[in-house]
Amino acid sequence: MLDTLRTLFLTALHAFHRRATVQYPEQKPYLPPRYRGRIILSRDPDGAERCVACNLCAVACPVDCISLQKTEADGRWYPEYFRINFSRCIFCGFCEEACPTYAIQLTPDFEMGEYARPNLVYEKEDLLISGSGKYPGYSFYHVAGIPVPGKARGTSERERPPVDLHSLLP
Amino acid sequence: MTYPALATIILMPPVVLGLATVLTWVERRLLGLWQDRYGPNRVGPGGMFQAVADGTKILFKQDWIPPFADRAVFVLAPVIGMMTVLLSFAVIPVTMGVGIAGDMNVGLLFILGMMGLGVYAVVLAGWASNSKYALLGGMRAAAQMVSYEAFMGLSLLGVVMMAGSFNLHDIVAAQAGLWFIIPQCLGFGVFMLAGIAQTHRLPFDLPEGENELGAGFHTEYSGMKFGMFFIAEYAGIVLVSSLVTTLYLGGWRGPFLPPAVWFALKTGGMVVFFILLRAALPRPRYDRLMALGWKVLLPLSLFNVMATGTILMLRASL
Repeated sequence: MLDTLRTLFLTALHAFHRRATVQYPEQKPYLPPRYRGRIILSRDPDGAERCVACNLCAVACPVDCISLQKTEADGRWYPEYFRINFSRCIFCGFCEEACPTYAIQLTPDFEMGEYARPNLVYEKEDLLISGSGKYPGYSFYHVAGIPVPGKARGTSERERPPVDLHSLLP
Repeated sequence: MTYPALATIILMPPVVLGLATVLTWVERRLLGLWQDRYGPNRVGPGGMFQAVADGTKILFKQDWIPPFADRAVFVLAPVIGMMTVLLSFAVIPVTMGVGIAGDMNVGLLFILGMMGLGVYAVVLAGWASNSKYALLGGMRAAAQMVSYEAFMGLSLLGVVMMAGSFNLHDIVAAQAGLWFIIPQCLGFGVFMLAGIAQTHRLPFDLPEGENELGAGFHTEYSGMKFGMFFIAEYAGIVLVSSLVTTLYLGGWRGPFLPPAVWFALKTGGMVVFFILLRAALPRPRYDRLMALGWKVLLPLSLFNVMATGTILMLRASL
């Protein structure tokens, strides 16, 4: 009996508590930098596309919403097209984890509602941003040991020149 | 028939229905307030027109009668629910002048009778739906309401003895010196609990019991038939609140303000208390509800009748 009255009293006291609701369209909630929202494709610090069309993101995607086609230009791989169907995407972030070049990234933005389903299919030009996203200063070809035009083998960052197997000298 | 009486007859049902409709919004806002959130606050100032939006939506919903239901009874049940509640309002005296039949000499018995008939709405709805959850809800409603009705009447006897009348006007008049809530505090408590059970409101909404029964007796109802159950429930809250006001809180009596305002204030306070109960208390187990009814509240109300009678007789003999 008394505990029931106490419950009533304590509940009534909640009238003077602060409300937890965030009044969304007027008040934006805080989204942490690692929030898994809209997917983007980032660029190197020098402005080239990071994506090397390795297809790992498409393989990792549990709902198969990523589709891309490899093409070659200037001695390196590019996606000819890169398409994400956001009406299928579940924002799991597996593509970001699978990406060897930090190209595909999830951003703290979820306001991408559309009235027509086809509008949710984002093409490469919709996905590409001009900056380097969460990893400033990272450039895959400056770190990876693959030779590309303008960078010979053994000249990457933190890479020693290749060992000459035919030489006996230390 | 006098002109004001006619006006009340015409105005009462729409006013009650309007109140019940607005109450759906009030309840949601208040629940929000006590649960540290907002509730509907978008349609109109403070979300005031949410009830209108909901009503419009529910009017355009498909009004579906399941093929396995007993059609005639299925349609009749919400009508009974709505009708009994609205008829009960006929004898509620808002003030001396306002009220359709506030001076009826068996007003209290009439309300008890109407509440008894109101049980049929829930029971028949559960039965006619012909589905297991609805039937379970209807069965619970029958057991709960029949048992709580027994001492609802008994708890009111104290008031009737003190006022010496079933006439609600006389009962209010008898509270000129002291509101009945003080000498009849026991009866008040029992009547409150019985009233909650009678309107099948939380925490006594076992006929509905959405956790375990889907939606209980109105599981199979849709569209405006469901809306009628819904509105009847809220009108029932207003009814029990105004009844408590009339019987225990001195009706329209009060200093400074006009009587109608006092009546509205007291009734509004009771309605808010009903909503607070919903916000605060969990639903008891079914057998505990029945045990509370028969083993605690029935003896209490009998004791109340006995004590009131004894004191009144002693006072009369002095």
